[in-house]
Amino acid sequence: MIKRSVNRIPVSALAIMAVLLVFWEAAVRVTGMPAWFLPPPSRVFTALMETLPLLLEHSRYTLLAALTGLTMAVLVALVLAVVMALSPRIRQGVYPLLVFSQTIPIITIAPLLVIWFGFGIMPKVVVVTLVCFFPVAVSMVEGMQAADADMVKLLQVMGASRWQIIRLMLIPAALPSFFAGLKIAGTYAMMGAVIGEWLGASNGLGVFMTRAAHAYKADSVFAAIIIISLISLLLFALIELIARLTIPWYYNERRK
Amino acid sequence: MTTRDSINKFKSDPVVLLEGVAKSFVVGGRSLPILDEVSVRVGQGEFVSLIGPSGCGKSTLFNIICGLERPDRGRVILAGNENLQAVDAVSYMPQKDLLLPWRTVLDNVILAREVAGDGRDKARREAKELMPQFGLAGFENSYPAQLSGGMRQRAALMRTMLAHRNILLLDEPFGALDAITRTKMQQWLLEVWNSFRRAVFFITHDIEEAIFLSDRIYVLTPRSARVTLHLNVNLPRPRRYECVTAPDFLALKKQIMQALTPV
Ligand SMILES: Nc1ncnc2c1ncn2[C@@H]1O[C@H](COP(=O)(O)OP(=O)(O)OP(=O)(O)O)[C@@H](O)[C@H]1O
Ligand SMILES: [Mg+2]
Repeated sequence: MIKRSVNRIPVSALAIMAVLLVFWEAAVRVTGMPAWFLPPPSRVFTALMETLPLLLEHSRYTLLAALTGLTMAVLVALVLAVVMALSPRIRQGVYPLLVFSQTIPIITIAPLLVIWFGFGIMPKVVVVTLVCFFPVAVSMVEGMQAADADMVKLLQVMGASRWQIIRLMLIPAALPSFFAGLKIAGTYAMMGAVIGEWLGASNGLGVFMTRAAHAYKADSVFAAIIIISLISLLLFALIELIARLTIPWYYNERRK
Repeated sequence: MTTRDSINKFKSDPVVLLEGVAKSFVVGGRSLPILDEVSVRVGQGEFVSLIGPSGCGKSTLFNIICGLERPDRGRVILAGNENLQAVDAVSYMPQKDLLLPWRTVLDNVILAREVAGDGRDKARREAKELMPQFGLAGFENSYPAQLSGGMRQRAALMRTMLAHRNILLLDEPFGALDAITRTKMQQWLLEVWNSFRRAVFFITHDIEEAIFLSDRIYVLTPRSARVTLHLNVNLPRPRRYECVTAPDFLALKKQIMQALTPV
């Protein structure tokens, strides 16, 4: 299974990517486009190598904000999901508000966050938390609701309390859905942190990008984008790994 | 077992006593009567089956005994005590096996003990000793998805048994199994019942299964259900599968078939 997916996805994906890169390189050279406007991939690669130590240094700040925000989002989402499972009345009150809150574009409230939380790591963490919270919360709540009603009844006949039903039945049943939501949130986390840094910060990939753009160093901007993608990819892989370790039964079943 | 034995038994102390239980559901704004005056009793350590056409309300009756549904009319008395809660008296094996896919076989069968607040380790030790009797030795750490249909049913039955209740409600436990596995499972169930001696109330569609297993049988009419036939099965125990061709067996079978398909 693992072997097959390794063979299948990257080979064709890498091939397409290679073709695109060659095309890009050729197009830039043939048209003689200036490098500050669109640098060829070879130049981006050189910039990446030259600025790598600096990029990694900035990545630490961005990654810290992303991971902290993601963790906060998960904690708040889990607590809220359990509270909603304990009390249907709270659920009825809160869930529509949760959905409604998603109609507010988070980027537009970001300046407010700077007013409230200053220029430190805090506003970045809050942006990441806001961006990541919704997919995690919804996947957890929906996963708990989709749990088999007959299994819940079985536990009731065994004399289980509401809390026991949540702990023994609803939470484990919701984990596959939870991890699906967490993967989406994981890919948003780095983006959220970078957006937070654009608003004002002294360190981080977002700051690096702003400075590079002001200096018309498009190759450095591309280099930062590559690093952001790679880190997001790593986050995704990390979540996938944690999921496989946490719910092995789910992956075994799916393989069947 | 003789007729008089089993009659005496349920006269002395029925562990399940249903009197005039009636139930309707509201479907599409209209009230649909499902159970219409069902009276049934199960004695201590007795094996009683309930046969009825599909959709006549057998599972609904079990839900009422378990306290998952309330009857519109009639009484449910468990272990002769009107105040006894179903959760303290009854262990229920639903029509689907409902094993939790994230728990190993061992952790599935101790679920009721864990809910009751017993220590996991103690329950696990007890369960491990019983694994061979339930044909699950060596599968303690497998997940339900890795088991065959028959093994899943045995695991579900073991979970029901380990709840340590005096009344077992088994809802078509072998309904989804092939004929050969089913026959084996019936014989095995009798052995298990014999060694644990709990009262069993057993739902089935299968007439031969009911006769082979039971001390007594109730036959229900199609919806809305009433008891149309109540009979004793006086075949000697222990029973072997050959008895399905005995004249007494065939006579009972004929009687039940006539009750299920009235002219
Ligand atoms: N909660 C409910 N609301 C409405 N109708 C219900 C409900 N539960 C059961 N019914 C209906 O009651 C009838 C009896 O259902 P029940 O499951 O008790 O039948 P059954 O005898 O167990 O059937 P089977 O042998 O197929 O399992 C069915 O028509 C079913 O659709
Ligand atoms: Mg049923």
